[in-house]
Amino acid sequence: MVAVTSTVARRGNRKPGGGRQAVRLAILIAIVAVVLYPLIWMIGTSFKSQAEIVNNIGLLPEEFTPGNYTDGWTNFDFSFGRFFLNSAMVSLLTVVGNAISCLLAAYAFARLKFRFRGMWFAVMIGTLLLPGHVLIIPQYILFRSLGLVGGDWPYLPLLIPQFLATEAFFVFLMVQFMRGIPRELDEAAKIDGASSFGIFRHVILPLSRPALVTTAIFSFIWTWNDFFRQLVFLSDLKDYTVPVALTLFIDSTSASAVGPMFAMSVLSLLPVFLFFLAFQRMLVEGINTSGLKG
Amino acid sequence: MALTTAPGPTRRGNGSVRPRANRGAGRNRHGEGLAGYVFLSPWLLGLMAVTAIPMLLSLYLSFTNYDILTPLSEVEWVGLANYERMFTSDPSYWHAVQVTLKFALIAVPLKLAAALGVALLLNRAWRGVGLFRSLFYLPSLLGGSVALAIVWVNMFNRDGAFNSFLALVGIEGKPWVNDPEWALQTLMVLAIWQFGAPMVIFLAGLKQVPTELYEAASVDGASKFSQFWNVTLPMLSPVIFFNLVLETINGFQGFTAAFVLSNGTGGPVDSTLMYTLNLYISGFTNLEMGYASAMAWVFLLAIALITVIFFSTGRFWVHYSDGER
Repeated sequence: MVAVTSTVARRGNRKPGGGRQAVRLAILIAIVAVVLYPLIWMIGTSFKSQAEIVNNIGLLPEEFTPGNYTDGWTNFDFSFGRFFLNSAMVSLLTVVGNAISCLLAAYAFARLKFRFRGMWFAVMIGTLLLPGHVLIIPQYILFRSLGLVGGDWPYLPLLIPQFLATEAFFVFLMVQFMRGIPRELDEAAKIDGASSFGIFRHVILPLSRPALVTTAIFSFIWTWNDFFRQLVFLSDLKDYTVPVALTLFIDSTSASAVGPMFAMSVLSLLPVFLFFLAFQRMLVEGINTSGLKG
Repeated sequence: MALTTAPGPTRRGNGSVRPRANRGAGRNRHGEGLAGYVFLSPWLLGLMAVTAIPMLLSLYLSFTNYDILTPLSEVEWVGLANYERMFTSDPSYWHAVQVTLKFALIAVPLKLAAALGVALLLNRAWRGVGLFRSLFYLPSLLGGSVALAIVWVNMFNRDGAFNSFLALVGIEGKPWVNDPEWALQTLMVLAIWQFGAPMVIFLAGLKQVPTELYEAASVDGASKFSQFWNVTLPMLSPVIFFNLVLETINGFQGFTAAFVLSNGTGGPVDSTLMYTLNLYISGFTNLEMGYASAMAWVFLLAIALITVIFFSTGRFWVHYSDGER
């Protein structure tokens, strides 16, 4: 609403500041060009032949070479199809885990009265600032002693924390969202005889959909892009996710790998980019609500 | 040992709670208290198993010479030796601290300045704000990935796009990412390139500044600069504070790009040896997990200290318009 009225108000000022607006627009377009250049260069390079990568300094290939994509896809003992499936599985299960476990915790924090709630909430906020790198070594040791690292299904160390609401950011985001749901709805349901579980199931859960969608999108993108944890916990080529597999290209330092490496990099960013296209408004606004109400 | 005993008492603790009795008696108070803990149980379990116990374990290990190869029961207590080594006889540790500080102290302010500058430009624009905002935000979504780090390294390599740009202006470039003087700077540029996320937050903050304040200021004859200095900045200070805390903590944790640039070594000549990369090398390449645990704890305390410093100095420059504080 605010945005609408302010643009209308500004549109009225258009004439006096016309020249200045044109300058602003020019500067903004120049910044956009600088910001997008690396991305366009990446896509252009992924279609360049080996010779062109060295010689053609232009943004676009003179000769369109899709071969980089097929070469890259089968560059290792397992195809990138496998790595993409692994990444998709880890990311989607993370989405499920975060959505369920964070929603449950958020409901307790936002709506239920229980002893030490304030203390637990403070602890939760404290874990928000806890760097993941600090925990990785003891977590590795614990999961390893349980036989879960490099076990039959090596993704458990990546997924177990996600099903236990350890992403405090999402718990916090959902608590903030639920605080905006009118309490009268709870009261009404309570008068109708609903228990805490009933209120959760019939009032909070359906109304929390926007927060759930934001959580789902962000946890998918973050997990898809995540590297550190996947690097630590995945040791077998067949289990590799896309980011870990991409680093194999760096190991093979020969210049011939640049084209295929770029092609696979482009493909790996594609899901994130599609999410961006589909949900850009929600992503940008999600950053806002989570950031500002804090 | 810790593993087998830990779940025991907690499970017994939960089992001995009297759910049946409570449900019958005070349905409202006690029922809700119990429900609270039921809903909270996944989080509580996570807090214990994935956060608290690992933290305590790592504190213990930081006083041992644990490597992953010997069983936990046979580790040797070495007292403060790991901490001593870190502070007195490990030059690469201090090097990593310097690299990380340099990175955060330069990249974070520049990133926030870029974010604020572009937000101010966008705030005055009357058309296409949504489109620009999304385009500027895109790097923040992609920038942390391995794929983008790969692109970045190649862009600043000998045959990369940056050198072909310099060639247009007649400057001869060099393989920046292989030059110890410049490798870290290319990573800073990558961080600054992702200015979109703080920019979006600045933009939302700018929308909250009441236009009456500007009207009043211009009636009083305040210049544009004076309006920015006396109205915009104070009104925006909570958002600046928020972004500063968040970006500084993130800046200290940079790992992926440094790993990709140096193929996991921190090179060239340790110039990109970020703290977290050094920690990874100690723990998972050299398998000195006791030593790496000590590093992790110092890192945690440093981050906590910085956060405390931010919050205690924030009182002097963060302005809350609704009279909080």
